[in-house]
Amino acid sequence: MIDISQHFEYIAGSYILTMALVGALVILVNRDYHTQEKRLAELEAKGVRRRSEEKK
Amino acid sequence: MSKNASIDPTPQDLGFFSRIAHPGHFLIWSKRWLVPLTIITVALLLFGTYLAFFNSPADYQQGDTVRIMYVHVPNAWLSQFCYAVMVVASIGSLVWRHPLADVSAKAAAPLGATFTAVALATGALWGAPTWGTFWEWDGRMTSTLVMLFIYLGIIALWRTFEDQARAGRIIAVITLVGAINIPIIKFSVEWWNTLHQPASVFRVDGPTMPMSILLPLFVMFFGFSFLFLLLHFISMRAEILRRRVRALERRNAQRLREQQA
Repeated sequence: MIDISQHFEYIAGSYILTMALVGALVILVNRDYHTQEKRLAELEAKGVRRRSEEKK
Repeated sequence: MSKNASIDPTPQDLGFFSRIAHPGHFLIWSKRWLVPLTIITVALLLFGTYLAFFNSPADYQQGDTVRIMYVHVPNAWLSQFCYAVMVVASIGSLVWRHPLADVSAKAAAPLGATFTAVALATGALWGAPTWGTFWEWDGRMTSTLVMLFIYLGIIALWRTFEDQARAGRIIAVITLVGAINIPIIKFSVEWWNTLHQPASVFRVDGPTMPMSILLPLFVMFFGFSFLFLLLHFISMRAEILRRRVRALERRNAQRLREQQA
């Protein structure tokens, strides 16, 4: 185990801040994807199809 | 494959790159990569963090603050790499009108903005104990801050236009103009007097740091790069679905109007 007594607050702050920002990005990206997936499924369940698919 | 092809047919005479870049096919093949990419990303970031805290010596000049470099450098690299991805996508959008090109450019912008924000914040937290200041208006820091504003401007523009195809062409031009900032960031440490040190990893005469510091740096570098790839894939998939949702909503509204008439 290392001893990070020197400038610990700056080092911990960097990693916590990175985790917070990148973590928020991961959550937002995944939430957006699942929202779009859900909206598409709802429209398809209503029987809405693209014009090209209706002709088949 | 034949089942998928029947869902979203692609002309068989298309080349390899055209087929993998077809939005329908992209949704199919990129889905297979999500789980492996997640495993690789998590493993690399966990291993890199372990190396950063338990297997990296303190630097002879920076002391323990060298550990901040393991998150700062990969994010600084990605802040520029994301923009490079957007530039290539913008060329694809303007020259070939490729359907996946502006999807890729739009998906990369929020990722680039986040990586740039992390690079700036961790750079400031490293600068305070090392330089004695969180911020200095020098070439490298100022041009990186300008990069963040460019990302935020591009994200705002995407939200401004209802017609995403038109937005794609206008934003592609703006993205190409903004690319002038990439060489400014890169060479700012050579052109102007700056607190920021010159390149110390990717140099013609080799890295200027020992393997004990290079190893965690490279592991984190690949960890964050795979994270970008994973999030870019998911964002692109979300954008393709969003455009399909919009098309179906318009179709649904049209159908309702026809029924009422």
